[in-house]
Amino acid sequence: MDFFGPLFANLPVFLPVLLRGAGATLVLTALSGVVSVAGGLGLAVVRTSRLPFVSQIATGYIEVIRAIPVLASLFVIYFGLEEFGINLPSLVAAVTGLGMIGSAYMAENLRGGFAAIPKGQREAAASVGLSPTQVMSHVLLPQAIRVAIPPSINYAISLLKDTAIASTVAAPELLFAAKGLVSQFILPLQVYFLTGLIYLAMSLPLAMLGRYLERRLAAGVLQ
Amino acid sequence: MGQLLDPVPRVRVEDLTKSFGPHTVVRNVNLAVAQGERIAIIGPSGAGKSTLLRCINWLERPDSGHVYLDGELIGESLRDGRYVAIGERGLAPARARIGMVFQHFNLFPHLDVLGNVALGPRLVLRLDKQAAQERAQAQLERVGLTSKLHAYPEKLSGGQRQRVAIARALAMEPTVMLFDEATSSLDPELVGEVLAVIRKLAQDGMTMLLVTHEMQFAQDVADRVVFMDEGLILEEGPPSTIFRSPSNPRTRAFLRAVLDRERTSEIS
Repeated sequence: MDFFGPLFANLPVFLPVLLRGAGATLVLTALSGVVSVAGGLGLAVVRTSRLPFVSQIATGYIEVIRAIPVLASLFVIYFGLEEFGINLPSLVAAVTGLGMIGSAYMAENLRGGFAAIPKGQREAAASVGLSPTQVMSHVLLPQAIRVAIPPSINYAISLLKDTAIASTVAAPELLFAAKGLVSQFILPLQVYFLTGLIYLAMSLPLAMLGRYLERRLAAGVLQ
Repeated sequence: MGQLLDPVPRVRVEDLTKSFGPHTVVRNVNLAVAQGERIAIIGPSGAGKSTLLRCINWLERPDSGHVYLDGELIGESLRDGRYVAIGERGLAPARARIGMVFQHFNLFPHLDVLGNVALGPRLVLRLDKQAAQERAQAQLERVGLTSKLHAYPEKLSGGQRQRVAIARALAMEPTVMLFDEATSSLDPELVGEVLAVIRKLAQDGMTMLLVTHEMQFAQDVADRVVFMDEGLILEEGPPSTIFRSPSNPRTRAFLRAVLDRERTSEIS
């Protein structure tokens, strides 16, 4: 079986289609990432609330969401909500689903960050006269975020790959583009090989960034 | 007119009690600190010294009793004859007037030296960035650290960290300073530089309460020494009395033990 012949012959056709898909994958990753970070920050802060009822709601959300497979939650949002007359565009459904799950993971990462902060930090900040909100925004959160960066980069890498699941709700990302090509050209091996390479090319820089930040953080000089 | 009133004490602790679970750590303590007065609180570990100090700015919430700063209630307000706790947000303005220095420095590791000291003036006193930094710089000069403005805490020695922490508290221009075993976690050779800074503050007339294990320093700096054990103030008086002829047997036993230890460590 010739692998490279058809691959190179069709490259001019495959590549533009797949790169367009890759662009959409990056957009989807970025949007889901933004939702995850914002949601995660919110959840993490709410979770530190001294009102037990409030923090328990956040904890409950985090535990439940993390227990649901990405695919299942996407199906619920995309197909399930249709039953109630809510028709979300596939991209919106994908960002919502991935963002909801991402928020839970980000909140967990930040919780680790908060747990790593000595109690004296809050006390020192309070003793200077900072309000509780200022203690959070200027003392605790910046430190928690530093601790949360390496695991969050890892999450971004898995998010990048998880966006492939959005192809099941017809979001026009890389894997969806690849599937289209496969059904058109019946060259699954070549198309998916190329697709894999593109995923690799996107996640490697992220992994390198992650390792770089981890080194900087370990040295304690990330400012 | 011409009326002689007792001046309002800078800090007044009234009948203060604090427990952690079944352990009562501070028992019905009363203490008045006059303006410019320097009080050293000594006693065995677990005596409640630090807890008493931390109750003054309400880092620990007293179970009963009250704290006044310049005659104003701290941490509570009086409503219809009842004391109502005012919560963390309400506490912030009073805490800004009470400087505190901790045993473990508690500098903010994500900010450089200047950032650590300027944070309070910028956020609490609402100074603009430049004014806050100028003020921070002035206080860092006072503690002798102008060469380290842009260093991060982890690059500093323990003594330097504690001096930054003192500058951070001073930058708020507090009316009283609380030192909670400020030299206890320092290597012996670094204790001196921190004590020198505190000594200078004392000479400048700063009102201060020091929980300390440095007996010689307490003797030199304090106007009044308070001996605590098991949550109670057992004895207080001028350092000459407390250190030379303490009347309470527990004070005597404590001082003998401490001074023996100091002597032994000098020999070894």
